Amino acid sequence: MGGGMSRKTPRVLAVASSGGHWVQLRRLRPALEGCDVAWLTTHAGHRAEVGADRFHTTRDANRWNKVALLLSALKVLWVVLRERPDVVLTTGAAPGYFALRLGKLMGARTMWIDSIANVEELSMSGAMARRHAHTCLTQWEHLAQGGLRHEGAVI
Amino acid sequence: MIFVTVGTQLPFDRMIRVVDEWAGRCGRKDVFAQIGPGSYIPKHVEHATFISPSECSTRMREASVLVAHAGMGSILTALEIGTPIIIMPRRAGLGEHRNDHQLATARRFAALGKVRVAMDESELPAALDSVGDVKVGERISPFASPRLLAAVKGFVHGGSGAARADGVSA
Repeated sequence: MGGGMSRKTPRVLAVASSGGHWVQLRRLRPALEGCDVAWLTTHAGHRAEVGADRFHTTRDANRWNKVALLLSALKVLWVVLRERPDVVLTTGAAPGYFALRLGKLMGARTMWIDSIANVEELSMSGAMARRHAHTCLTQWEHLAQGGLRHEGAVI
Repeated sequence: MIFVTVGTQLPFDRMIRVVDEWAGRCGRKDVFAQIGPGSYIPKHVEHATFISPSECSTRMREASVLVAHAGMGSILTALEIGTPIIIMPRRAGLGEHRNDHQLATARRFAALGKVRVAMDESELPAALDSVGDVKVGERISPFASPRLLAAVKGFVHGGSGAARADGVSA
């Protein structure tokens, strides 16, 4: 359990808000075969979708509600401490950003995949996450530049 | 059955009002709307503020047509299960979202021809009138593109996800 050794089953914390972010995250599940995966989202109703995988929830939050943001961050911290992931994978938004920052502090490698909804510019949370993520991907080729890479999309 | 949804967060009264008035005008009784925390209360269609993810999934599968805000969750799910969808984008200027990304989404998917788009409330009644003609698109795969899956898989197993070669991998 835990740790950052490279030759064993990776522990992955996969994070997305309910709604479009979650639908996109779930479309990545074939890439997580053979991993020890825990899911974190903002609606308990998604539990049935993840089978035997571990499942956590936190409250939804956005930048307009600072109290909700703080409470969400605290819950995400608790999940990260419990899960000790080797990898944090997220499609956004706020809970994904918190998990990425906190996971990185705990030694996890982190990947942010910005939502395909962001056609014209990176999302605000994506722009913040980009400064910290080991890998930051956009789903639109025309947005790729510098460290922001395009490696295909969720469709 | 026509299933109408505004997604998991915000109300979208501008769309709900048009659908409700259209249903009243046409005498459509087979409409269910998930309306979010809006202030417009439909008079002609059955509605709920929020529904559970599983109920939403069931209603999307059982519907003959979906009417939705231009959110990726609604669009991707519709394409995945092969239910025709009419989308209408939210506008930040009307307080309907934090920015105008749904306008760009609507334009992109209109160009792809996979969804029917009503850019605003003036275009929605005509789209609803042609609801029987909205084509079932070909279903898309339930999974991301092979390229993205390979990038994620590579990253998870210690690679760089074909991204920054900065020595962060184990």
